[in-house]
Amino acid sequence: MNEAQIRALAAEVLAGIAPEADLATVGDDEDLREALDLDSMDFMNFVIGLSQGSGRKIPDADTPKLQTMRSLVAYLGG
Amino acid sequence: MADFLMPALGADMETGTVVEWRVHAGDRVRPGDVVAVVETHKGAIDVECFLDGVIDDLAPLGQALPVGTVLARVRGAGEAAAPAAASSPSPSPSPSAPPSAPPVTPPPAPATAPTATAAAAPPPAAGMALPAAATRARVSPAARRRAAELGVLPDALAGSGADGAVVLADVERAAPAAAPAVAPPAAPAPRPRGFDPALMRQAIAAAMAKSKREIPHYYLQTTVDFAAAQAWLDAWNAERDAIDRLLPAVLLLKAAARALVAVPALNGFFDNGAFRPGPGIHIGWAVSLRGGGLVAPAVHDADRKTLPELMTALRDLVQRARSGGLRSSEMTDPTVTVTSLGDRGAESVLGVIYPPQVALIGFGRVVTRPWVVDGQVLPRPLLSLSLAADHRASDGHLGGQLLAAIDDALQQPASL
Repeated sequence: MNEAQIRALAAEVLAGIAPEADLATVGDDEDLREALDLDSMDFMNFVIGLSQGSGRKIPDADTPKLQTMRSLVAYLGG
Repeated sequence: MADFLMPALGADMETGTVVEWRVHAGDRVRPGDVVAVVETHKGAIDVECFLDGVIDDLAPLGQALPVGTVLARVRGAGEAAAPAAASSPSPSPSPSAPPSAPPVTPPPAPATAPTATAAAAPPPAAGMALPAAATRARVSPAARRRAAELGVLPDALAGSGADGAVVLADVERAAPAAAPAVAPPAAPAPRPRGFDPALMRQAIAAAMAKSKREIPHYYLQTTVDFAAAQAWLDAWNAERDAIDRLLPAVLLLKAAARALVAVPALNGFFDNGAFRPGPGIHIGWAVSLRGGGLVAPAVHDADRKTLPELMTALRDLVQRARSGGLRSSEMTDPTVTVTSLGDRGAESVLGVIYPPQVALIGFGRVVTRPWVVDGQVLPRPLLSLSLAADHRASDGHLGGQLLAAIDDALQQPASL
């Protein structure tokens, strides 16, 4: 996946979890959970959505790498 | 013929509005069928009917109706069709009260006849679906519909039907002679999603004020070493796909449910001056809603579900709590409440009991702190565990036993 695809996927998954949240207002290095007020259930659903949308297995130990847009793009693009 | 009544979907509900019928007049309904969508202060709820037969006399859409109002009639198999809605049988037990629930004493009749507004309706007996039915004037659906058209308050009328029920003729008689035709209620809006934050605030205010006014709370707090549970959870999650992973919340939920099996005196209700045990361990799981607000719908029989089943149930419940689609039984059945603040929450919580329940179990955020293990100070993941309980129903000694049982369960996560 390229960066644009990854960002589009993240936005789509988040829209299903936090419909009122606007990803465009979140800086690349901001903690997504803090910025969008995601609880642990929301974040787990975010990981599930990214995993299914990208076709990648995301080990539990790697989930901290999905906490900011910058690290998320690097992880799924790598 | 049995009446299907507007249920009290929690301690804080006074009126509800049918916004959609999922059945048509003449349809066969079976116990547990979702027959209507009712808009409440806590959003739109799918209302189940626990009667068996043919449903008829459906109440109109779009009107705020007090708890206990007859929403429909259900004719049992073999009963002849009885068109006269006014030939009312004696009040039937509430359709959504737990099967073992004894009748509650209805609230005292207000000095003046209640109007159909929330402001004047007596507060429902907490958590029971029966409340006002026994004392309210009985009004046939047709009469109520016509009364709304005419701007008459049907509950204030003398009824001439069987059992003193207010029937269509009473309403017509009471209408001002030259009553101008009132525009019929606007067509109901499409089913609303979510909830109105201002109404939600009112509902929470009413329930919590009632709790603090009536329930003498006592509080206990203890610290749980979460290392064993965390290690078990990490091992479980490490080798599984995201969809099959578990959150700490399910361990907490299961541990609480197990402990309540051992200490059943904290699982149930206080009403009519006495404790009444819950018919099962139906844990009201507090879900905070995006944009503010809170609901605590039931995870039924939480003690009998496996951890993966609880995870699935919790995910489904949270999703429906936020987007609409909770069922009436989930609103009326909780026998206790559990609140878990999650990994971004505060360190501890002392809760307010949701009446008529007798206990609220609270879990804070897991924090790493120095802790003495085998005589050595070590960094350790710790969890604050608390209990708010009704002192009319139990004492601190028993409450302490419950917390100890939860702690024990969390030290043996594999057995959960």
